[in-house]
Amino acid sequence: MTTATALPPDYVKITTDPATEPFWNAAKDERLVAPKCAGCGHFRLPPTPFCPECRAGDVEWVELSGRATVFSFAVVHGFPGLPDLTLVPVVVDLPDAPGARLVSNVIDVAPEDVSIGMPLQVTFGPIADGWKLPLFRRAES
Amino acid sequence: MSREVAIVGVGATPYYKRGTSWPQTSTELAGKAILAACEDAGISVTDIDGFAYYSGAGAGYGETMDTATFMETLGIPEVTFSAALTSGGGGSAGSIGLARAAIVAGDATMVVTVMALQQARQRLGSVFAAAPSTPLGSFLQPSGLSGPGHLMSVLARRHMHNYGTRREAFAEIAISQRLNAANRPQALKRDPITLEDYFNARMIAEPLCLLDFCLETDGAVAVLTTSLDRARDLRQKPVPVVAAAHGGHKDWGRAFAWMGMPDETFASSGHAAVADRLFQRAVVTPADIDVALLYDHFTPMVLMQLEDYGFCKKGEGGDFVESGAIRYDGGSIPVNTHGGQLSEAYIIGMTHIKEAVEQMRGEAINQVAGAELALVTGGPASLPVSGLILGRDA
Repeated sequence: MTTATALPPDYVKITTDPATEPFWNAAKDERLVAPKCAGCGHFRLPPTPFCPECRAGDVEWVELSGRATVFSFAVVHGFPGLPDLTLVPVVVDLPDAPGARLVSNVIDVAPEDVSIGMPLQVTFGPIADGWKLPLFRRAES
Repeated sequence: MSREVAIVGVGATPYYKRGTSWPQTSTELAGKAILAACEDAGISVTDIDGFAYYSGAGAGYGETMDTATFMETLGIPEVTFSAALTSGGGGSAGSIGLARAAIVAGDATMVVTVMALQQARQRLGSVFAAAPSTPLGSFLQPSGLSGPGHLMSVLARRHMHNYGTRREAFAEIAISQRLNAANRPQALKRDPITLEDYFNARMIAEPLCLLDFCLETDGAVAVLTTSLDRARDLRQKPVPVVAAAHGGHKDWGRAFAWMGMPDETFASSGHAAVADRLFQRAVVTPADIDVALLYDHFTPMVLMQLEDYGFCKKGEGGDFVESGAIRYDGGSIPVNTHGGQLSEAYIIGMTHIKEAVEQMRGEAINQVAGAELALVTGGPASLPVSGLILGRDA
C-alpha cells in the first residue's frame, strides 16, 4: 500500500521576509503560530504587512494547538526528479485561528484514507538550511 | 459600452508540441504572428502604434515580450501606447479591453496584442517546482503542488464535495472539445477520446488525470484592434468589441496560490464579479451568447466558468455539462468550438480570441450557425481575470 510522504528535505527551500520570519522561527522550535491582528483580532496566513480588515500593522503571534481539519486536498503522483513519490498536499482550516488556512501535506497515511473534514494534528519535518516545515498527521481519535 | 472598436486582424504561427518550435525564439514566433495578423487585416506592420499585452508582457513564464525589441526587429517606427495587464493568463481576454482603452482615449490607433510561448528551456507544467523560493511562495511550494493543474485539483475536489460533481463531467469537457478538434488541421490532438480512455488515463493530481490537463505547446497568436471607423476600410469584416472587463474580487485574490478563499469562491473560477460587469456593460444576458470560448487550462475550470457566467446555476455545472449542453453538435451553448487548449493548442488564451473572431466573421471551421455574440474568457488564475464579448458587424 502507498503511504504519503513529504518532499525530501533537500527539495524544500524557503525564504522569509520581516512579516513571515516569526512563523518560520517558531516552526524551527516546533511551534505552530499564526499572526492575530493586534487591532481587530483577525487572523491571516500567510503573514502580510497589513490586516486586510482594519489595515493595522501590529500582530500578536498566537501559539496554536496544532489541530486542523482537511478543507480540501489532492493526491499527487510524482514530482520533477522524483517520479515514484506520492504526496497528499492539503489545505487545512485551523480551529484556533479562524479564517486562516495553511497549505501543507498529510503524511504517514494511505491517500485513500484522507477525506474532507478529517481531523489532523501538526508535526514538523526538516527542510533545507536548518528550517522546519509544519506537516500534518491524522489526529488520534 | 458602445461598439467603438473592432478586431481587424488575427494571425498565428503553426502550433508545436512543447519545445519543438526551436530554433525559433519567442520573439521570432511573436513576430511571425504579428506579421500574419497584419496580412490578415491588410495593413503594414509599420501602421502599428500600440501594444496591449497581458501576463505582465511575459511570454509564458520565464521569457518576456518587449515593445522596443519588436520595434527594432520589425521596423515599427513609433509607438504611442505600450502597456500590459498584470499577473498571468487571467488577462488574456481583457487585453483586448486594454487595447480598446488606448484607442478610445486617443492614445493609439492600431493596437496589437500578442502572446508567444516557447518552452524549450522551462515547461509550464512544473513551473512552480522550478521557480525560486519567495516569502509568499514558501507557504505553497513545500506542499509539492508543482504546477497549475496540481493547484486547481484542490479546487476541483472541493467542488465535487460541495455539489456532487462527478469526474464524468470533467470527462465530457475533454471528450466534447476533442470532437471539436477532429476536423482542424492545426489541432495537435485530433483522435477522439472515450469515457473509457478518460478513466484509464494516468492520474496526475487526483481528482485530475492527464486528460483534464491542457496541452503544453509552443506557438504565437497576435490580434489587431482599431477603431470601428477605420476597421470598415480594411480587408476583413470588422468584429466589434461589444464589452470587455477585467479585475475580480479579493475573496478570489491570488486564488490557488493563496487557498484562503471563502468556500463558495474556493469552488469557483473566480470570474463571478467580472462576469456580472461584462454582461452589464454589454447589456446582454448569458442566454444571448451563441458560442463560448472559455479558458480551458483544466477541465473543472470550464465547468466552474459555466456557473460563474450564468449558463447554469452555481453547483449545477456537472449536470449541465453531462446533459450535452456544451456540445457543438446539438448543445445549447457550444463551448470551445476550436478544441481549445485541451486539444488544439495552448497559447495562454489567445486561440480563444482567434476562434471568437472567426465565429463572428462567419468563417469558423466549426461555425455556429447565425452566431451574433461570442464570449471569450481569460484564465481562472490570480487576479485580474477577464472576459470579452465580441459581436457580428451589422
